[in-house]
Amino acid sequence: MTETQGSPSRRSLIGWGGAGLALGAAAAGGAVAMTRTGDDVDPTAAEVGAAVGFHGPNQAGIATPVQDRLHFAAFDVKTTDRAEFVQLLKDWTEAARRMTAGKAVGEGAFGGLAEAPPDDTGEALGLKPSRLTLTIGFGPSLFAKFGLADQRPDALVDLPTFAGDALDPARSNGDLCVQACADDPQVAVHAIRNLARIGMGKVVIRWSQLGFGKTSSTTPDAQTPRNLMGFKDGTRNIAGTETDRLTKFVWVGRKDVDADSAWMVGGSYLVARRIRMHIETWDRTSLQEQEDIFGRDKGEGAPVGKAKERDEPFLKAMKPDAHVRLAHPDSNHGATILRRGYSFTDGTDGLGRLEAGLFFLAYQRDVREGFIQVQRNLATDALNEYIQHVGSAVFAVPPGVRDKDDWWGRTLFSKEA
Amino acid sequence: MRAARLSVVTALTAVTALTAVTGCTSKSDAKDGDRVISVTATDAKCVTSKKEISAGHVELAIENKGSKVTEVYILFPDDRIVSERENIGPGTKQRVTAEVKAGDYQIACKPGMKGTGIRQDLKVTGGSVAKRDPRLDKAVAAYREYAQEQADATLPLVATFVKAVKAGDLEAAKAAYAPSRIGWERTEPVAESFGDIDPKVDVRADGLEAGQAWTGWHRLEKALWQDKKITAAEKTLADQLTTDLTDWQQRVGKAEITPTSMANGAKELLDEVATGKVTGEEERYSHTDLVDFKANVEGAQKSYELLKPVAQENDAALVTELDKQFAALNTLLDKYRPNASSYVFTSYEKVGAAQRKELSDAVNALAEPLSKLAAAVAK
Repeated sequence: MTETQGSPSRRSLIGWGGAGLALGAAAAGGAVAMTRTGDDVDPTAAEVGAAVGFHGPNQAGIATPVQDRLHFAAFDVKTTDRAEFVQLLKDWTEAARRMTAGKAVGEGAFGGLAEAPPDDTGEALGLKPSRLTLTIGFGPSLFAKFGLADQRPDALVDLPTFAGDALDPARSNGDLCVQACADDPQVAVHAIRNLARIGMGKVVIRWSQLGFGKTSSTTPDAQTPRNLMGFKDGTRNIAGTETDRLTKFVWVGRKDVDADSAWMVGGSYLVARRIRMHIETWDRTSLQEQEDIFGRDKGEGAPVGKAKERDEPFLKAMKPDAHVRLAHPDSNHGATILRRGYSFTDGTDGLGRLEAGLFFLAYQRDVREGFIQVQRNLATDALNEYIQHVGSAVFAVPPGVRDKDDWWGRTLFSKEA
Repeated sequence: MRAARLSVVTALTAVTALTAVTGCTSKSDAKDGDRVISVTATDAKCVTSKKEISAGHVELAIENKGSKVTEVYILFPDDRIVSERENIGPGTKQRVTAEVKAGDYQIACKPGMKGTGIRQDLKVTGGSVAKRDPRLDKAVAAYREYAQEQADATLPLVATFVKAVKAGDLEAAKAAYAPSRIGWERTEPVAESFGDIDPKVDVRADGLEAGQAWTGWHRLEKALWQDKKITAAEKTLADQLTTDLTDWQQRVGKAEITPTSMANGAKELLDEVATGKVTGEEERYSHTDLVDFKANVEGAQKSYELLKPVAQENDAALVTELDKQFAALNTLLDKYRPNASSYVFTSYEKVGAAQRKELSDAVNALAEPLSKLAAAVAK
């Protein structure tokens, strides 16, 4: 036991190196198979339920093939001590590094001092890494703190009010966000729960959202998922393998920044919108009207007048207020965003209606040319009769954590590094 | 109010020194081999290497050589548990540590985790806990004194409350209600260690078991604030409250208190705040939740301050954090009373959702590091 306990690095090597070699891991989609363990017992390499690599030039969880489940949390920062906040980012990074690899936080969930609560909460013991990714973002309000005002990128704008917005402040904004995506919901929830616990006294959860079904795919070969309205949406989403489109539309490049915002190179901007669907009225809408509203057929997902989902749409064949027509890059000066949204159902509301909808997540190189452009164009969307945006947030998502000595947000806070 | 816990009553300092999966041992907490008693458990026997040991820290080195999963206990003569280890698989070793005072104990192995177990006597000699840091003994003594003072100070305040109830004076009774609870709330983990008293004096309507008569403060709270009348039944209940709390006052001195139980008690007080007060459940009729809230925090802070010299040595960063978070929570609470010596707090009805979240965040910020105090004291 002493021997095993004393050499965590050896086990990590076996886990990462061994499985990594076996699977030929690539940067963003790199998969390492291992079993989640409580106390660093050797992971069983060849199993499925892979781990996604945590280190890289961009954060995982953006171009990564979309996982099945989501737990998204927005935090408010309570501490006013910059050094304490930086330490939290380092502690979070270490915990994220462990959890995404399928390991327990800190010294694990059991076997420690009986008088102390365990470092890890334990509910993910025995579960596989489940392709967990943890992605951090910094909200506009963070830049009003810690003397960061000059480093707020111009592209991190406060979203304007859009027609039809009914935003609840309690479900909007936040100084920070963490997006946890995994194929197992318990793994995603465990990750947010443990990060929130580590953050207590320094940050507090402002709001959080569970998502149960992916509504977008970043793997072109996979079937396009359906939203709760029963339609395929986001057929032409940016794929994790489309390096050129990722560079063009998602990753912040050197030319996008000045000296103050250079810390964002390799990062991206995230817009999160909680979109409530009026499920019951939608369900009473005729098939024809439903298809007209989307501009696709319900079964195949083909654009109006076309046979296959992936056929190039002829926008003018659609009604002027059709969703696909208005959201299409051709109607938006080429604006393209990487969508990564999830369906949610938070039970029912007080009137017995499904409290359900789409938790929309979109990554882009510049919010002004991305989401804002598209959302403004959707002002006349026929779909608006059946949806309502009730929560909203925007975040600057910093570049990836390069290696084991790097940490989330280092490029922004590196004076302390 | 909560079901009685063992943590205050007994010195639970068991340490899992290994994982059941691998079945090997790791570093032991015992300072030397003299403090270790080996326990060899089989399906039919429970063999111990010592029958007598001096008071203080003791460690059981258990090996299950049987075919059944077993449990090993150190028991008081009345079968209360001093320390225990469950789920010891066949072929595995486990360690249990405890602090034991002089007296007669038993070690019990329970093969199959059933029955009363196979018993071995253990005589603990010596008048006191020999090996404990004298500063911790001092802390325990000071805390015991505090608990007694709180009980002693509570009885006259209860008398005022009871007198008003019996006089049928609704307004006077309402005014005396919250102050009568402060001493109890400050030392609640000690009070709860007497499992029979808490259900009589501090149970809420939703905490009643089937067939249990509702007595105590909250029953009277409902009469005063919701029913708005005092009948003969309430007057009888008021007398009963005096009787039960007098019982508490007389027994406080006998409570088993250890440094670990003090630290855990502090955490439990914050748990009480987090689950009962922040939600407004505790005082649902009177809405005097913030009075209890403050008293819970004061009691937790008392335990902490007494343990601080030792905690400071073992985990200075934790002490810095706890000082900061106690101060932050107290500052926040001060917003809800006219001045720092008043115990008249804003009615919880008037505390909005955003303010409640702010209070909840501050409680979490303190309770999370406070949960690490026991380990810092037990090191």
